[in-house]
Amino acid sequence: MIGYILKRLGLALLVALAVSAIAFFLLRLSGDIAMAIAGEGAREEDLAIIRQTYGLDRPLIIQYADWLWQTLKGNFGTSIYFKTEVSKLVLDKLPTTILLGFLALGFALLISIPLGVLAAVYPNTWIDRLALAIAVVGQALPNFFFALILVMIFSISLRWLPVSGSATWLHFVMPTIALGYYVAPAFMRLIRAGMIEVLSADYIRTARAKGLPAGKIVFKHALRNAVVPVVALTAVQLGFLLGGSVVIETIFALDGLGYLAYQSITYKDFPVMQIIVLLLSVVYVLLTLASDIANAWLDPRIRVA
Amino acid sequence: MTDTILEVDGLSVDIATPRGTLHAVRDISFSVRRGETLCLVGESGCGKSMTSLAIMDLLPKAAKRNARRLAFAGQDLSKASKRQINALRGNRMAMIFQEPMTALNPAYTIGNQLIEAYRQHKNASEAEARERAIFLLSKVGIASAAERLGQYPHQLSGGLRQRVMIAMALMCGPELLIADEPTTALDVTIQAQILRLLADLQRELGIAMLLITHDLGIVARIADRVAVMYAGQIVEEGPTASLFQSPKHPYTQGLIDCIPVPGRTVPGGRLGVIPGVVPSLVGDIRGCSFRDRCSRTQPICSQAPPVYETPDGQRWRCILEDAA
Repeated sequence: MIGYILKRLGLALLVALAVSAIAFFLLRLSGDIAMAIAGEGAREEDLAIIRQTYGLDRPLIIQYADWLWQTLKGNFGTSIYFKTEVSKLVLDKLPTTILLGFLALGFALLISIPLGVLAAVYPNTWIDRLALAIAVVGQALPNFFFALILVMIFSISLRWLPVSGSATWLHFVMPTIALGYYVAPAFMRLIRAGMIEVLSADYIRTARAKGLPAGKIVFKHALRNAVVPVVALTAVQLGFLLGGSVVIETIFALDGLGYLAYQSITYKDFPVMQIIVLLLSVVYVLLTLASDIANAWLDPRIRVA
Repeated sequence: MTDTILEVDGLSVDIATPRGTLHAVRDISFSVRRGETLCLVGESGCGKSMTSLAIMDLLPKAAKRNARRLAFAGQDLSKASKRQINALRGNRMAMIFQEPMTALNPAYTIGNQLIEAYRQHKNASEAEARERAIFLLSKVGIASAAERLGQYPHQLSGGLRQRVMIAMALMCGPELLIADEPTTALDVTIQAQILRLLADLQRELGIAMLLITHDLGIVARIADRVAVMYAGQIVEEGPTASLFQSPKHPYTQGLIDCIPVPGRTVPGGRLGVIPGVVPSLVGDIRGCSFRDRCSRTQPICSQAPPVYETPDGQRWRCILEDAA
């Protein structure tokens, strides 16, 4: 198991390195940093001075190596727009985004596991149809639109919840629901399909032949085998929730990483963009690694590989 | 305490299919006495597995069970609640399946799966259940039983898994063991070992066994009584010796002619063959279900055949009172 984890960790590092390179070069292709610093309509001489000061006149590969070295040393550079350390900026916003990501994931699992299991245990009944309807709506509705509906109902009509900000836990209720509901259908369908397949397996018949109660058969013998693919999806979805909360954070003015990413793109804040892309890719890679390890734990047959 | 552990009277299993209702089991009756081995034999698709699943209430959703009486130790299973059935299953009646490769849950250790039924039914502690599991694993011939408890099914061979399944079925000390083709999926060398194991355990523990098989060689070795199934019906049943010495039903005779017997079968000679295939079980069958393949068919076979019985309990369903 230890060897397996080390092997996967080495691979994960390589992937993160490759992503950092691609992100660096792609961002450089998207615009001129000197222009971003100097502002529109700057004179050519000023641009040349800026290029020299920031080392932008060097070959791209050298710049990348320099940036990578500085980043590895923990020196993430200074924001062009906010004029503060990028590391401080990112660390300030990160907790909000992580909190929202996990809350949304928790909400998604909270509704998708029971609904998926119920739909599989009672296929083609009204329960199954109801679960399907909930899934279809969740998948079809763009999450910004759903967020606005929530705002209309709970903030404007009922006046139960605050519209924007991140001061209290009440501020997180609607963003959590809006973001979580968007990813729930994928879980629900996967759990339903997995459970239906597993419930017809021979070992379920064995469990029934042992006289075990229905709850133990469904939750111990079936669900454990049906959640293996769900774990992999969880990692990917959590990555999506962390990286993809840009829209929701912007709508609810939640002061998180997504909102920062949105701002850095608007203001062509290259150092911030680069670190956010790198950070998200590392998070993705780590989550994938975590899901592989969790899978190996859940399905002992994978451990051998 | 009655002498009969399992009493099946008028059991039918109907399966709804797109082409109509498939009558997999048609009004069969038999009983198993305490401590005896009854073999249910027949070709693939004759309804013998459905019969065993019907007794254990494990039929697939599309299948419907009907019985005048289906009693285990005097308790009518067709009137029992789910709770009452669960209290019997895995406890007083246990089952071994054909596919040891898939019948164990891949996500849990052997120990976990052995222990759970015992804890469920006997209200026992983890330690007691473990002790019982180790005892039974050694009993079914598994070496270093204590270490096996921590292993997963994929780490065991097919033969070992079937031994584990047998140990699992014996955990709660059942009075009836239903074994549905327990050796079919195994290598021939392993088959003999598993069969001997089952026969020894059955004798030693005094369990009644309902063994389902298509292999008459197995039947001759371990059955006390035999019931021959054809097209969802029991066409002949009786004590093993009588049935093999003087089979009455042409189908039983055909089956027995199909097995090679050392000394009797001429080397290089032809074994018996029953021509034709099993009739479709969709819809009703009028008259004798075997008449299309029988060499002694008469016009009267299109009507329901009578049932004859000898004093020692051999019964058959044929117009021929004594075919021999």
